[in-house]
Amino acid sequence: MIYGFGKYRFAALAVALLLLGAAPAHAIAVDAVTLQDPALEARARNLMQGLRCLVCQNQSIEISDAELAGDLRRIVRERVAAGDTDDQVRAHLVARYGDWVLMRPPFRLSTLALWGGPPVLLVLGGIALWMGLRRREVPVLQPLTEAEQAKLREITASD
Amino acid sequence: MIIELGHFALILAFVLALTQASLPLIGTARGNAALMAVARPAAFGQLVFLLLAFGALMYGFVTSDFSVRVIAANSHSAKPMLYKIAGLWGNHEGSLLLWVLILAIFGAAVAGVGGNLPITLRARVLSVQAMIASGFLSFILATSNPFARLIPAPLDGNGLNPLLQDPGLAFHPPFLYLGYVGFSMAFSFAVAALIEGRVDPAWARWVRPWTLAAWCFLTIGIAMGSWWAYYELGWGGWWFWDPVENASFMPWLAGTALLHSAIVVEKRDALKSWTVLLAILTFSLSLLGTFIVRSGVLSSVHAFATDPARGVFILGFLVLVVGGSLTLYAIRAPILKGGGIFAPISREAALVLNNWLLATACATVLLGTLYPLLMDTLSGGADKVTVGAPYYNATFTPLMVPLLLMMALGPLMSWKRGDLAGVLSRLHFALGLSVLSMLVVWYLREEGPVLAVFGIGLGVWLIGGALTDLAERIRLFRVPFATSFARAVGLPRASWGAMMAHGGVGIVVLGITASSAWTVEKIILMQPGDEAEVSGYVYRFIRAEQGPGPNYTALRGQFEVSRNGVPLASLAPEARSYPTPPMDTTEAAIYPMLSGDLFAVIGNPQGDKGWSARLYFRPLQSWIWAGALIMTIGGAISLSDRRHRVGSPRRAASPASDGAAAPLAAE
Amino acid sequence: MRWRSFVPLIIVSLLAGVLFVGLGLDPKIVPSALIDKPVPQFDLPPLPGKEPGLIAADLAKGEITLVNVWASWCGPCRIEHPQLMEIANITKVRMIGLNYKDDPAKALAFLQQLGDPFVSVGADRTGRVAIEWGVYGVPETFLVDGKGRIVLKHVGPLRPEDISEKILPAIKAATP
Repeated sequence: MIYGFGKYRFAALAVALLLLGAAPAHAIAVDAVTLQDPALEARARNLMQGLRCLVCQNQSIEISDAELAGDLRRIVRERVAAGDTDDQVRAHLVARYGDWVLMRPPFRLSTLALWGGPPVLLVLGGIALWMGLRRREVPVLQPLTEAEQAKLREITASD
Repeated sequence: MIIELGHFALILAFVLALTQASLPLIGTARGNAALMAVARPAAFGQLVFLLLAFGALMYGFVTSDFSVRVIAANSHSAKPMLYKIAGLWGNHEGSLLLWVLILAIFGAAVAGVGGNLPITLRARVLSVQAMIASGFLSFILATSNPFARLIPAPLDGNGLNPLLQDPGLAFHPPFLYLGYVGFSMAFSFAVAALIEGRVDPAWARWVRPWTLAAWCFLTIGIAMGSWWAYYELGWGGWWFWDPVENASFMPWLAGTALLHSAIVVEKRDALKSWTVLLAILTFSLSLLGTFIVRSGVLSSVHAFATDPARGVFILGFLVLVVGGSLTLYAIRAPILKGGGIFAPISREAALVLNNWLLATACATVLLGTLYPLLMDTLSGGADKVTVGAPYYNATFTPLMVPLLLMMALGPLMSWKRGDLAGVLSRLHFALGLSVLSMLVVWYLREEGPVLAVFGIGLGVWLIGGALTDLAERIRLFRVPFATSFARAVGLPRASWGAMMAHGGVGIVVLGITASSAWTVEKIILMQPGDEAEVSGYVYRFIRAEQGPGPNYTALRGQFEVSRNGVPLASLAPEARSYPTPPMDTTEAAIYPMLSGDLFAVIGNPQGDKGWSARLYFRPLQSWIWAGALIMTIGGAISLSDRRHRVGSPRRAASPASDGAAAPLAAE
Repeated sequence: MRWRSFVPLIIVSLLAGVLFVGLGLDPKIVPSALIDKPVPQFDLPPLPGKEPGLIAADLAKGEITLVNVWASWCGPCRIEHPQLMEIANITKVRMIGLNYKDDPAKALAFLQQLGDPFVSVGADRTGRVAIEWGVYGVPETFLVDGKGRIVLKHVGPLRPEDISEKILPAIKAATP
């Protein structure tokens, strides 16, 4: 009985504490240290926007005020200042956290359907549409033939 | 005692829902009018019992009865009354109760005002509506009972999270639910029509008001949600393409498509099978949204605490509802033969194009939302990707461009066979205005993407298009002004509504474009007395003081903002430190103006170098919500149109003559 | 019946299957990019008395090592700790702590109070080395084989059942 209760309490406590620990960061980060060179700082800022804050799940590290996001920003600034290219900075973090850290999913075999999906759907829809519209095409109006004209005159005259 | 009565009322509502789901349907199959007649009183009864159950739980929240588990977990005796009430739907169990209550309100509304619906159609609609209600009620009773007691009762509740005490948070879920649940009406009508094997203009006229009402609620619900994230949470953004945001956006896209395709069914007796499918899919996406928020399959900042057992139940229900209705569709849809024919250039064709783009956009959002889960599932958790805003910018946005371009053309196009050259010539004013605005913006702009200039042009094009539509209808400048005015007064409200909704989209486009392309931002160290210029606005740092908060200490900064020496606003951002667990958060200070938002965030002091501050100017930011509000008002005005009044249309003797009798197209 | 009418039904059925499998997965757990990769080559100074700290080269000297990332301010770590103690009791595996952004005095008090399963503890005051390990929250647990390769990563607190279901099998598999 004790064990069962303990197990239950363990789960409840773990959930409660995880929730506390994961309390969302609620606003924008403000860094004390930025790069002196405005061009480099702009590049670093641009890179940060494309990197996911791992603890807040759906924000980029550029705005997240989570502590880990701040640490990652420091690393991005360091790498940029050290002369890394954008790709090298991204690769540096991907090596540690995987593709998950990128806000823009990379082109790979496994993301083929993700990137190819929208254009393919658009084209398929277009084909279905074109076929459907062709079926219900309005018959083109032909001018009346001589015989029909005569018939029409006959009808209107008798009115 | 009252709590137990509430539980009992909930059980009775479930029994009534089962009755309402089965007997009327049997009645329609056997031609038994008595069985069909069960539907109406059952729908009213369901509403009464759910009101009782809701009232009982509300009573518990208001009187802070902590012997009820949900109330103990989500309320607190020291909470302001507003948040005690809102606490009812701020949790899983209570929000589901609100969900079924709204479902019952819609059901009772059909029972009440649907007096001129054919008796079999009404019986079928109410029966389908009750099937949905039975599913949700059994879900609540089996896995999420809001009336469960907690023994012994705690002395006080747990729910005093100040972050969640906000009017925006308190009122945006009910609006979202009104939208989600409102689409159940379109669903019930679609399934009833499939059973009946008949979709005609009268059917479309019965469905449209419900769809329009749901669309209005969902529009305002989504706008409130993003407004809350931006102004109250100060997240620095207003849309994150988060799974929970997408969950509400997908039904909105599908619902918008449905709204337009139903027009074609109503006016031209065409696109029937597609419209029925859209009605099913729109509500299915609403259910999917519920599943995503409550099952925890996708990580999201907003998700409720999740429980796999509940996830399995909702998924089972989802499969039953969606699978069942689509099976019915697969079998019955082929008998719905399209009627009216139209040329490739016509109002109908424009609406078809609208549906094509909206449906593709909706599918794109669905793909992006579910893809991480798909990869996770197929790779067994070894391969995960993030699908963030850059993906949607690359896929969703390009679909919107042709849609928005077309939006100004469509309403000017005539039915059956349109005259593209004629329409374009009437849009010279809008085109000129748009080009002029692009030139001005091009000239003024110092940086930012070139594409943004085009975005501004698009927004102006839409507003110009809506104005042109109005000018055409009232024959402005072609007849005496008094005549034009009289025509404007006499214009159907549905026309006013459509113009406002389209113009509202234009305003939203301007807001999105300007705020995302030309937001200017500075991160700097400031001493008291220092000034920083951001996009022509001068932020003067007055002081920063340390002070206590309820369960944190806060650094409170003060900025005075002026432009050309004229004082504009005072901003007081905060940086908070919570001791356990050690956590620093910031509270942004925002001052909205017509031209854009002033936005300041303060960081912790950096020794004697001063304080770090992050200052923004976000041009046209609040236009996004102003535009959404105008769209909603447009929808509401359209809803008040005599011809849209719920239950006003009658099914004509034959669909063909009905179509001919319909007044000239207004939308 | 037309086959086209069935297209929506088929697509939705496939989606439902994915969603069902998805219910069993945790979206918040990020797979480690470092599985089967050598441990990051960074050393950490020790917590006082827990020498020699975390020395990357030591992890490649033939002994299987369990590296646990923890902090005294972290609530879930407190819940996890009995499981770490149990692992130390029932296995011979070497356990090294990576103390994340912590006050050394508080960290030592934590171990004194709840027990000390670690042979040495490296103190990561800035959190930089943890990032090299791909850590994104505390606690996290890594298993490193004798060649200095990471063979297992566990995110979040170890639950009692994780010992027999995850840790012990991984240790067994890593034992040459």
